[in-house]
Amino acid sequence: MIQQKMFHPALLILAFGVWGLACQKPSETSKPKSGGDAKPAQAAGKVMMIKGSDTMVHLVTAWAEVFMKKHPDVQIAVTGGGSGTGIAALINGQTDLCAASREINEKEKKDAEAKGIHPTEFSVARDGIAVVVNPKNPVSELTMEQVKKIYTGALTNWNQVGGPDAAITVLSRESSSGTYVFFQEHVLEKADYSPKVRLMPATSAIIQETAANASAIGYVGLGYAAEAGDKIKMVKIKAKEDAPAVTPSEETVKAGTYPIARALYLYANGQPTGVCKEFLDFCTSPEGEKIVRENGYVTVK
Amino acid sequence: MPRGRFKEGIIRLLLLMAASTSILIVILIFVFLFKEALPFAVHPGLRELWGTRWIPVSFQRSAYGIIPLITGSALVTCLATLIAIPFGVIGAVYLSEVAAAREREILKPFIELLAGIPSVVIGFFGLVVLAPLVKTALGLSSGLTALTGALLLALMAIPTIMSISEDAIQAVPLSYKEASLALGASKLQTIWRITVPAALPGIIAAIMLGMGRVIGETMAVMMVTGNAAIITLNPAESVRTMTATIAAEMGEVAFGSDHYRALFWVGIILLIVTFAINMVAQRVLKKYQLTP
Repeated sequence: MIQQKMFHPALLILAFGVWGLACQKPSETSKPKSGGDAKPAQAAGKVMMIKGSDTMVHLVTAWAEVFMKKHPDVQIAVTGGGSGTGIAALINGQTDLCAASREINEKEKKDAEAKGIHPTEFSVARDGIAVVVNPKNPVSELTMEQVKKIYTGALTNWNQVGGPDAAITVLSRESSSGTYVFFQEHVLEKADYSPKVRLMPATSAIIQETAANASAIGYVGLGYAAEAGDKIKMVKIKAKEDAPAVTPSEETVKAGTYPIARALYLYANGQPTGVCKEFLDFCTSPEGEKIVRENGYVTVK
Repeated sequence: MPRGRFKEGIIRLLLLMAASTSILIVILIFVFLFKEALPFAVHPGLRELWGTRWIPVSFQRSAYGIIPLITGSALVTCLATLIAIPFGVIGAVYLSEVAAAREREILKPFIELLAGIPSVVIGFFGLVVLAPLVKTALGLSSGLTALTGALLLALMAIPTIMSISEDAIQAVPLSYKEASLALGASKLQTIWRITVPAALPGIIAAIMLGMGRVIGETMAVMMVTGNAAIITLNPAESVRTMTATIAAEMGEVAFGSDHYRALFWVGIILLIVTFAINMVAQRVLKKYQLTP
């Protein structure tokens, strides 16, 4: 009881803190601009704003923490809100860097040019999602269509996809996870998950249940799947019925042949200089790449 | 001694402030919850909450029906209470009426220890040990079910039920038992026909306080119930409780969105339910002059 009552205010105070940060910082940096090349970081001393993709918040925060340790005079404020929000903030000059889990589109490019902003793309990491099953499960490849039908509830038994006669236990991340949304967008093609899908609070819980349950199917970041080793089995994915089945791996994600993958970007205005440049260099340095792997993502190079 | 009295007054005031802090905080929580939740009643409207589908993140149309969450919480709580009652009450009877002093000395600390285990540890135990057991025992496709959650929650409710029931049983006047024994009743007859019925209001209050503990529990249920928002009365199905929903979704929700406000409504309902259960239990305890 007491724990429960404590839970609300503590979380909300924390939430307010983050909210306050998100609201306050842009107003500091968003001052009228004459030239298109004005960069908030240099103007406002050494406070750098990075805004954008919710998926990337953890990764960017991890980078920022290590970067700030190495450069004690630099402060980095990382906020989420979504790729679209981040790009809009970049266009409005409210952020130094924008984190995006998709490429900037034509309309946004046009809007940016109209405001004298020149978004420059830096591919900093890749995100591959492995579909995993129990090692005892004889099914070793699925088409994107089949995975979609399993998660939307159209397929409910393993014998419908060439497996044994057993009900499928479908596992997903919680709806607060960026992976949940990515999977919904790319694999489910924006359809709703079946209400019968079990939502697990953490990736480790999905791996745990998949390892213990012969009829389970789940999805996890490639880094986590590789770490789990032979406790679970990664399913080969066919983009289409007649396409080759691709094993999820660092190589296939980098080559772009594995279908459930995407690139993660940081966007800057023009060619970055100063702290922004240092930060971008850091992200793709060996140290930055180590952080990428630790967070379950795939490096670019 | 005016100086002494003044000093005493200050100390009294300080103590009063400390004592009333919790009341103030409860009021603030209520105000805050309603402040954040109210705009939802205006825009999508409260009808939106009275739905059977909880789909907060959707590219089609989000749905914030909290009926599956309420039935989920109700199912897990009722099951857990049903499982915990026999253990808690019989355990209390044994401890206060049957056990020798030495046994009590050994048993009591362990029961208190059980109450002190962090729920995330119990949850992890449930995920790794209990869920596979439930799965094989019942021949299910997955062990992540309402029953698994209820078993874990029963484990948490037992210490509460046991210790308060024990107090209630011990509060039964000795003269009742003496009279019963003097009339020739056996020890067992005295326990079940005299002592337990006399202590029943206290035992009921103990059970309700146990329920209050169970319904507010979050971490353990979130880890083992599978969190699928479906309406079911089948203990072998997965359910999503109100607490797990708040814990899982509040962290990443966009502030001020419909989803955010819907979560506050879930919080309000949860708070009202736990508040009501605790109030009734305290009333019962007070009426029969027992202190928890």
